[in-house]
Amino acid sequence: MTLTLLNPEFQVNATASSGSHPILRMIARRLGLGVITVWVVTLVVYWATMVLPGDAATAILGQSATPERLAALTRALHLDESPVSAYWHWVTGILSGDPGISLVNGQEVVSLAFPRILNSAVLVIVATLLSTLIGISLGVVLARRRDTVFDHATSGVTLAASALPEFIVAIFVILLLSVKVFHWFPSVSTLNPGEHIWNEPSKMMLPVLTLLIVVTPYAIRMMRAAMIEALNTEYVELAELKGLTSRRILLRHAMPNALAPTIAVIGLNILYLAGGIVLVETVFNYPGLGQELVDSVNNRDVPVIQFLVLFLAVFYVVLNILIDLVVLLITPRRRVSR
Amino acid sequence: MPLSDKRQSKTAKAPHRGIRRNLHDALGTGRGQFGFALVALVVLVAVVGPFVAPHSAVEFTTAPYASPGGRNGFLGGDTLGRDVFSRVLHGGWVLLLLAATATLAGVVVGAMLAVVAAYRGGWVETLIMRGVDVGLAVPQMVLALLLVSVSGASLWLVVFAVASSQGPQVARVMYSSTQDIVERDYVKVARMWGTPSLKVVRREVLPNLMSPLMVDAGIRLSFSIIIVAGLAFLGFGRQPPAADWGVMINENRLGLLTNPWGVIAPAILLILLAIGANTFTDAIARTTLSESQSEPEPTADTAVPSE
Repeated sequence: MTLTLLNPEFQVNATASSGSHPILRMIARRLGLGVITVWVVTLVVYWATMVLPGDAATAILGQSATPERLAALTRALHLDESPVSAYWHWVTGILSGDPGISLVNGQEVVSLAFPRILNSAVLVIVATLLSTLIGISLGVVLARRRDTVFDHATSGVTLAASALPEFIVAIFVILLLSVKVFHWFPSVSTLNPGEHIWNEPSKMMLPVLTLLIVVTPYAIRMMRAAMIEALNTEYVELAELKGLTSRRILLRHAMPNALAPTIAVIGLNILYLAGGIVLVETVFNYPGLGQELVDSVNNRDVPVIQFLVLFLAVFYVVLNILIDLVVLLITPRRRVSR
Repeated sequence: MPLSDKRQSKTAKAPHRGIRRNLHDALGTGRGQFGFALVALVVLVAVVGPFVAPHSAVEFTTAPYASPGGRNGFLGGDTLGRDVFSRVLHGGWVLLLLAATATLAGVVVGAMLAVVAAYRGGWVETLIMRGVDVGLAVPQMVLALLLVSVSGASLWLVVFAVASSQGPQVARVMYSSTQDIVERDYVKVARMWGTPSLKVVRREVLPNLMSPLMVDAGIRLSFSIIIVAGLAFLGFGRQPPAADWGVMINENRLGLLTNPWGVIAPAILLILLAIGANTFTDAIARTTLSESQSEPEPTADTAVPSE
């Protein structure tokens, strides 16, 4: 996870502007770097899935594969060509919207992955919204009640909770709310083919709750710290001297200045969730991208692995640029040279 | 998500007081003692466990998912009727060893890359840091999964995969710490005198880097434990019938109703370990941070991106 606020390239130098707007040039530069990064990721993905094991076709099908199946697979993955030209086939295929077909069921990778990505997106969006809401409100409360018993207790709890492994949290959530103590929600989120997760919200409850427990402590801690920093500034002191109500000081003077770190925290949480869904979806059999990735690794379904990893990489790069951009735009003092 | 990512850049400004002193200070705080005690407890269980376990890890001693107590053993039976208590005692040390090895490799390589990049500058820096970007462009768990995907799961590959997912994270944090140090006058002077680079790095840069490095290594260790256990849980670590906390959580899941201890016991140990490592690391971060700040109240949380 990158916290890019302190990136040198992030501080736009207004004096050096020659023609185009400095923010536009920053975007162009970051996009260019992002494209290079994604390109190198394709090399790594290709190397890890195809070149690393030596004879990929045998590795995928196992030792007992028939020669016919081996030959068919070899052709499908362009293994009979040189690695360079096979890689070229793969990359151009993806660029033209055709990343190949699944080795397991012959389905097109895109039509296989798309509904899964949608289901995961719902999970990530709901978890992000809720954790942001809880994080901001609790963070503000804690910053105001700084150094009270409540603050210290919460600080210890959030520190401990931010270390919890997500698949273990998932297990305890199941134990508590599904099988042992209460029987409120289903512990398995399997869907019928063609069904969408938003039509069966009860199956989302436990996965969302698990993700919330994992990411919210971090949001609370960062929000509390950002608010304390904002409350320590001179203009808040001045507002206090002017005799403004503490409510007004908090909402009008302190909170807008804690906005940039908050956006950064939200972004980081989304990035974390994009990886965290892998284990959580597997525990709940949630039909999303993460479970699909684990399944495809289990089945050595190379085209699916390649596509999903690449998709996540593009998502990461784009989201990182977006976070930086939004933070830049809502922090006026960042736009001028220092 | 253990700790915040930002505080290391500030700890780099701490005057060099020796890592031993920092550890000592951390142990003087309540948090430090609490975290250290948890880690020590779990490590003790994992290391001493195999010697005191009543049964071997693969012995069939009772019925599948037998309830705890009496002849069924302290924690009952697992999915195949093996003794959960014995398997818990056997199942920790390999996990800890893998996580520690991967962390060490990731931290050493990541820190080396960071120091070289920040010290040399120029195209070396560009090359290394763009490479780090690539490592950061994929979630750590996904990167580890990718690396174990086609070749199957050998333990060395697990260490390699986890280390490669940690290296870029370490490099990013250490890079900014090193940049701070390289900019200082005494380093500049040493370089102007024509002191050999290796000597400057060893004498001036590395000692100042030890504190932030320790904090980062602690964060990385708790992540490594989670990733190694997670990979085992997914079936990409040690293979059954081996006793392994991650494997146990997965294979005993179907018996949650009949004998949940096959899941709960290893899960609790992993949780205690993760919480302990995170809390202890936080204590170190706070003591190193309090040295560098003159303000009366040095809380690690305030080292948040605001500037």
